[in-house]
Amino acid sequence: MVPVTYYVALSAVLFIIGALGVLVRRNPLIIFMSVELMLNAANLAFVAFTRVFAKLDGQIFVFFVMTVAAAEVAVGLALIVAIFRTKHSINIDEMNNLKG
Amino acid sequence: MLMTVDLVLFLILALVAIATALGMLLSRSSIYAALFLVLNFGAVAIFYILLNAPFIAMAQITVYAGAIMVLFLFVIMLLGTESLPPSRALPWQRPLAALLALALAGEATYLLFIRGAAGQAIPQPVESFGSPQDVGMALFNQYLLPFEITSVLLLVAMVGAIVLTKKEKGER
Repeated sequence: MVPVTYYVALSAVLFIIGALGVLVRRNPLIIFMSVELMLNAANLAFVAFTRVFAKLDGQIFVFFVMTVAAAEVAVGLALIVAIFRTKHSINIDEMNNLKG
Repeated sequence: MLMTVDLVLFLILALVAIATALGMLLSRSSIYAALFLVLNFGAVAIFYILLNAPFIAMAQITVYAGAIMVLFLFVIMLLGTESLPPSRALPWQRPLAALLALALAGEATYLLFIRGAAGQAIPQPVESFGSPQDVGMALFNQYLLPFEITSVLLLVAMVGAIVLTKKEKGER
């Protein structure tokens, strides 16, 4: 087996790429994808530690993270569609007022 | 010998995962970004199989690569935002983001290789560890209440998505 440090390092690299995506991209769809990438990186660390400590709770937690991510994506994409309908743009810099 | 095979497999998959994540970060088109992310989720699913989590790996493929990314692709294609002109970037945004990412990377390296026990091998668990049967037993005994709450959460998200995208009365 590969040492657990490698998995955690890979998870950290993926998380940093996701954080960078949130910081530099201005398309909310890609920002959303970057958030998914960060959730995925956290899941990878969870599963790696589940394997190390031979306890299943981490895998159950990953399952819950996946369902929460699915719910988040459904609502978030609906919000993006609604914003696009009123503003005809999805540039995040233009989303600076709560009342469309 | 077995260790080196595992290591080579890990390195190849890690390369695929990091390359596709970078591809998502750098690609101009959101369609390409979404497809890169699907590939990334596939690579991570193989890591899950290597880590004795076949149920999570299959859930990853069906939920993430299947459902979530298809939803993304539908929204990208239906909105048609690809044809909009690209917006001007703030001049200080990129350097600041790179600085913050470097800080995060530095902290991660410090925690991993200075505080943590680097190179510790993973012990071999019992044969059936992480089988879907075990996961099901844990999910429906110990974690039954969170599981039920999750179903309510999904219902709320579904209702919310429908209400948000519903057209107002009299609109068009």
